[in-house]
Amino acid sequence: MSVFPFSIETRTRRTRFSAIIPPLIAVCTTIVASIIILTSLDVSPSRALYYLYIAPMATRFNFAEVILKMAPLLLIAQGLAIGFRARIWNIGAEGQLIMGAIGGSLLPIWFNDSGNILMLPAMVVVGAIFGMAWAAIAAVLRVRMNANEILVTLMLNSIALQVLYYLISGPLRDPFGFNFPQSALFPDVAMLPILLANTRANISIFFAVLVTLLAWFFMQRSFPGYRLQVGGSAPDAARYAGFGEKQAIWVSLLVGGTCAGIAGVFEVAGPLGQLQRVVTPGYGFAAIIVAFLGGLNALGILAAAFFMALIYVGGDIAQTSAKVPYSVNTILQGVLLVSYIASRVFSDYRVRLRKPAYNRQERV
Amino acid sequence: MDTLTFLLSGTLLAATPLLIAALGELVTEKSGVLNLSIEGMMALGAVTGFIVATASGSYWLALLAGGVAAAALAAVFGFVVLVTLGNQVASGIAVGILGIGLSGLIGRPYESSTIAPMHELPIPFLSNVPVIGPGLFDHVALVYCAPLLAVATWWLLRSTKVGLVIRAVGEAPEAAHAIGYNVVLVRFCAVLYGGFCAGIAGAFISIASATLWSDGIIAGRGWIVVALVVFGTWRSGRVAIGAYLFGMTTLAGLLVQSTGIAIPSQVLTSVPYIVTIIAIAMLSMDPQRIRLNAPVSLGQIYHEAK
Repeated sequence: MSVFPFSIETRTRRTRFSAIIPPLIAVCTTIVASIIILTSLDVSPSRALYYLYIAPMATRFNFAEVILKMAPLLLIAQGLAIGFRARIWNIGAEGQLIMGAIGGSLLPIWFNDSGNILMLPAMVVVGAIFGMAWAAIAAVLRVRMNANEILVTLMLNSIALQVLYYLISGPLRDPFGFNFPQSALFPDVAMLPILLANTRANISIFFAVLVTLLAWFFMQRSFPGYRLQVGGSAPDAARYAGFGEKQAIWVSLLVGGTCAGIAGVFEVAGPLGQLQRVVTPGYGFAAIIVAFLGGLNALGILAAAFFMALIYVGGDIAQTSAKVPYSVNTILQGVLLVSYIASRVFSDYRVRLRKPAYNRQERV
Repeated sequence: MDTLTFLLSGTLLAATPLLIAALGELVTEKSGVLNLSIEGMMALGAVTGFIVATASGSYWLALLAGGVAAAALAAVFGFVVLVTLGNQVASGIAVGILGIGLSGLIGRPYESSTIAPMHELPIPFLSNVPVIGPGLFDHVALVYCAPLLAVATWWLLRSTKVGLVIRAVGEAPEAAHAIGYNVVLVRFCAVLYGGFCAGIAGAFISIASATLWSDGIIAGRGWIVVALVVFGTWRSGRVAIGAYLFGMTTLAGLLVQSTGIAIPSQVLTSVPYIVTIIAIAMLSMDPQRIRLNAPVSLGQIYHEAK
């Protein structure tokens, strides 16, 4: 540590102000990084700022796109944050989302000419069960066999993708679709109602906000939520108090899987309208970033999901207007989380500049 | 080429990058740091190696460049987890995403282009043995180096002072600090080394085995590497066995297909991931085994009390 001109001390008291600093630094760093990267791709700094952060909010259609992308990010991140607080690392939201999309697609594909208004609720239930079941594999293996949930959920991501590829190239493929690897288009009753006319924004955002409120209540005001948090921050104390670790694993993974599964249903029943090869532009991984950026706090995640959705839409706009490659989006997501974690040192610890005299004394 | 030759040669090609990266990750984890960003580091190594090989024609320089580029990314990871005391799981995912994004951007002009494969170095006499010769002894030098690296890593960790310090820092950082070792510095070096190995492994894939660059070429191998270290219960020998077994499972699919049994390609692609899950579950079943072998401070934040 002595090579650095500062020392890091444990913070004994948390100030109200300190929690807001890391996300603020992270957002600023990301904006600066995006300007640097886009300038290197021959986009002027002002155009870069405009494409990424202003254009997404400048028109009604673009803003609706932000809302559309915010819903799954928010929904998945809320589910993941509950697990992360208990230190259960579900990295498999991407796979759980894919399974949810598959489950949600079964009814509209099998009953393609149905007009039953119960179709959509039923799809959500089936998708939720699929996502939950996919996460349950990791939970069983962790509880029964002590298998590391990070690795298992990651592997399940890859397997879920192959399951999707198999189904849409065979059993669930549209029989009249010229052999394209996609399902038939869903009937109207299987589609989420549109929120703003002539845009793609749908009512999934209401559901995500509702889940946000539930998550806030669960973590801040309920006893099971409290037990989960104790298990994460003080495992020994939790064990002594009899708060079961197995229960925490089950709750964390099942809640995360359910949320991701429902987000998957909302993708196929929303902007996609069918099951196809790409059902998620990396929402499952981006939601991990959203959960951390929001400080694993339900309300913080609301703001973080909005910013992440902004980058997603801004990246799309930069791609179509200035041919900026999609990888830039991925880089910015990485920068966002790296700078957030690094700047957490300012909120979790006290960073103090070393006095020169102290330095000299130490060298002796 | 007959089936056995193909099986042996394919297994070595598939296993070599996994083994090299896993041995690097092993050293990193032995020092107490869990690096989950291997996937991103391998991708960055792959693209850097590919570009340097295309531009300079020197494959050894390309491997070195791949290693250095990944080590630079590892330095970012090291800074975040060791200096700013970030959570290792989250930091690993973050730096991994950063690496995948960077490699996609840097490699865009080279997307889907191919390169002549690195020159093989047939071992005299042995490579002339029928079946086994072309299968085992007619490869690029790195293929022979990987098992040697496993032995070297075993020896380093078991019988050298450097290895003892790395293990001490991973098992009991406070004690290592108390007797005068710089825990943060040792861990930082171990992280750099792990990144360097991952970069070489990535470059091997782009210039020696796949001989092309395309975004997403690493295809989850970085995560398999992390799984291999757990599978090998933090021992070089078992990690090596795991890597070669795993290399074989990636070929099993092709063999099954060649017998004419109709199995969907998606099932075959999934086999390695399913095998990994089963292997991890079986090995973790005995908590004693994990507890005895896993570095005690693995994944924990080390903060020197002032």
